Amino acid sequence: MKRQLIFRRAALLLLLVGVVALTNKNAHAGAQDSANNEVKIDNFSFTPATLTVAPGTTVTWTNRDDIPHTVVSDDKIFKSKVLDTDEKFSYTFTKPGTYPYFCSVHPKMTAKIVVQ
Amino acid sequence: MSDYIIHDHNNDGIDRRGFLKCMAWAGTGALCVLQGGVLKSFALGHSGHAHAGSLKGELSFVQISDSHIGFNKPANPDVIATLQAAVAKINALPMPPEFVLHTGDLSHLSKPEEFDALDQVLKSLKTSRVFYVPGEHDVLNDNGKQYLERFGKDTLGEGWYSFDQKGVHFIGLVNVVDLKAGGLGNLGQQQLEWLEKDVKHLKSSTPIVVFAHIPLWAVYPDWGWGTDDGAQALSYLKRFGSVTVLNGHIHQTMQKVEGNVTFHTAMSTAFPQPQPGTAPSPGPLKVPAEQLRSLLGITDVDYVRGRHSLAITDSPLAT
Repeated sequence: MKRQLIFRRAALLLLLVGVVALTNKNAHAGAQDSANNEVKIDNFSFTPATLTVAPGTTVTWTNRDDIPHTVVSDDKIFKSKVLDTDEKFSYTFTKPGTYPYFCSVHPKMTAKIVVQ
Repeated sequence: MSDYIIHDHNNDGIDRRGFLKCMAWAGTGALCVLQGGVLKSFALGHSGHAHAGSLKGELSFVQISDSHIGFNKPANPDVIATLQAAVAKINALPMPPEFVLHTGDLSHLSKPEEFDALDQVLKSLKTSRVFYVPGEHDVLNDNGKQYLERFGKDTLGEGWYSFDQKGVHFIGLVNVVDLKAGGLGNLGQQQLEWLEKDVKHLKSSTPIVVFAHIPLWAVYPDWGWGTDDGAQALSYLKRFGSVTVLNGHIHQTMQKVEGNVTFHTAMSTAFPQPQPGTAPSPGPLKVPAEQLRSLLGITDVDYVRGRHSLAITDSPLAT
């Protein structure tokens, strides 16, 4: 009886380890996905300058400059508030297409999101 | 006279060597004088000050720029203190200025408390009036509504206007609103039409002073340091014998002379920016604390009736 209990406990532990491992793997994959839908604002430029994502993707911009910037679609489809250092802006792209955008404070800063 | 460094130039007034010399001196206190299309620069020694004194005319005013109240990062964690130092410097001028021009970027993030703090500091100016034009940092989020309510009362459009003082016609322009993707500073059709009408009735002998935030001439378009329709604005001023264009935005002094037009940019009171193309981006130049105040400053402008040009003096907060 006692032996059976130990076995059961061991089995449960093994299962738990497996679940944790699986969860970790998922978390890792998630992190990689988010790197593919992130745009960094650094040195007065958007990186990457062209980001290609699938429909339904939420793209997040992070301002890493010590000067404020904005993220504004040329066609005014999306428009962030001003982003101070380390502030973020997100937008979910549902329809396929090319979305050029710029910083309305420093309009020389241009880039685009391609949704396909 | 041996204290002065004088460069005589060709009559086209565009002498690169002299221009650079003038700029080089600007950081330590220089007097750049344009007379009849000839640019001269004087180092400000003891007798230099005396000479500057003799140039004082009927109209003296000061330009300050880019106070960026709210900025708190290297190289200046205390932009209020440096603005206060600029005010102290203005109040200590031997000839009190008639008024002060602020060429934009009053605030860093267009926040009400930043505008409040600027107001508070400038209250101690011993001068009757401060005239403003907005910088791109003053019109964030609300397209300049708050700026207009507080600093642009009785102005037109997004904040442009003109006024006359002792025979000089002053024009404040706005080139920071509704900027286009990939573009530079922008005045827009409505403002250009107003400008054309505004100067139409003036005699060609009227001295003109134009002030705006972003340089009206192409200083360095790669960094957005220029105005797309600036040349069109200047075309309306071609017939005038003396045009002085005062800008900010680039946080360093620069001067260029083209025919009858003198272009000049002022230092910031908050933080310096790199010289064109010398850094990966135009972000704040991080300098040692003891150097900071030698790169910030004010610009003193004097007009003597009958003289062809205005005398422009840049003075750092500390040498």
